[in-house]
Amino acid sequence: MSIGELARPFAIKLPTVMKHLDVLGTAGLITRSKTGRTVAVRLAPEPMKDAMDWLRGYERFWSARLDRLATYAEAEEAKAGSIKTFEGTP
Amino acid sequence: MTSLTLIRRIAARPSIVFEALTTPDGTASWWGPDDGPVLVAEIDVRVGGSFRVRFRMLDGSEHESSGEYTELVKPTRLAMTWRWTHGGDPAEAGGASLVEIDLRPIDTGTELTFTHSRLQTEASRDSHERGWSGALGKLARHFSNDRA
Repeated sequence: MSIGELARPFAIKLPTVMKHLDVLGTAGLITRSKTGRTVAVRLAPEPMKDAMDWLRGYERFWSARLDRLATYAEAEEAKAGSIKTFEGTP
Repeated sequence: MTSLTLIRRIAARPSIVFEALTTPDGTASWWGPDDGPVLVAEIDVRVGGSFRVRFRMLDGSEHESSGEYTELVKPTRLAMTWRWTHGGDPAEAGGASLVEIDLRPIDTGTELTFTHSRLQTEASRDSHERGWSGALGKLARHFSNDRA
C-alpha cells in the first residue's frame, strides 16, 4: 500500500501520517520500500507476534500461580469450616 | 504501556484469599512451580515493606523476584512493584512493573482481579529481550506442561 492510499481514509495531514509511520517503522512494525516516487508500506507482523508471545508468557506464568493460589485458599476455607461447598474454579 | 489482567473466582472468602497472598506460608504454597522448591519467601507486609521470593525450576535454574508493597487494604486490595532479580543476572533484571490484586466478595467466595502493568514495552524490551524471553520461555514451557 502506498502512503497516499494509507492516508486517504484519515482526516489528518500527510506529514502527521508520516510521523506515525516513523514511529511504527522504529518499532519494526512496518517496512517501507521505494519504487520511483511511490513508497510502499508493508506490515511486519513478526515483532507484534513476538510481543504477543512475550505477553502470553506472562499470562501463563500468572495463570498457573493464580490456579495454585485458588487451590490453597480453598483448602484454607475448608479448614475454616465454611458451610458452603463449591465446584472447582475455571 | 503493556498490561495483563486475569480474573479468577475462588471458593474462599476474601479474608482467606488475602491471607494466602500475604503470609509466608501462603506465599510459599502457591508461588513455586509444583516440582521445584520455593527457596526463599521473605515478605514484609506493610506499605513500603518489601518482598523477595526465590524458587528453583526443574532444570536447576533459580529465579527470584522482588518488589515493594505500595497499597494494602485488607481484605480487598494489594498493590506491589515487581521486578525479576534472578540471581544477579543483569540481562534479566528489567525495570519495575506493577502488580495489583483486587478482591471482591461474591456469593461463591471471591472474585480476584489480577493486573500486571507497566510491563516492559518496545523501547526497553530491546535491551532486555534476550534475558526476558529466555527466562519466560522456560517458565512458559514449564507451566504449559503444568496446565496440560
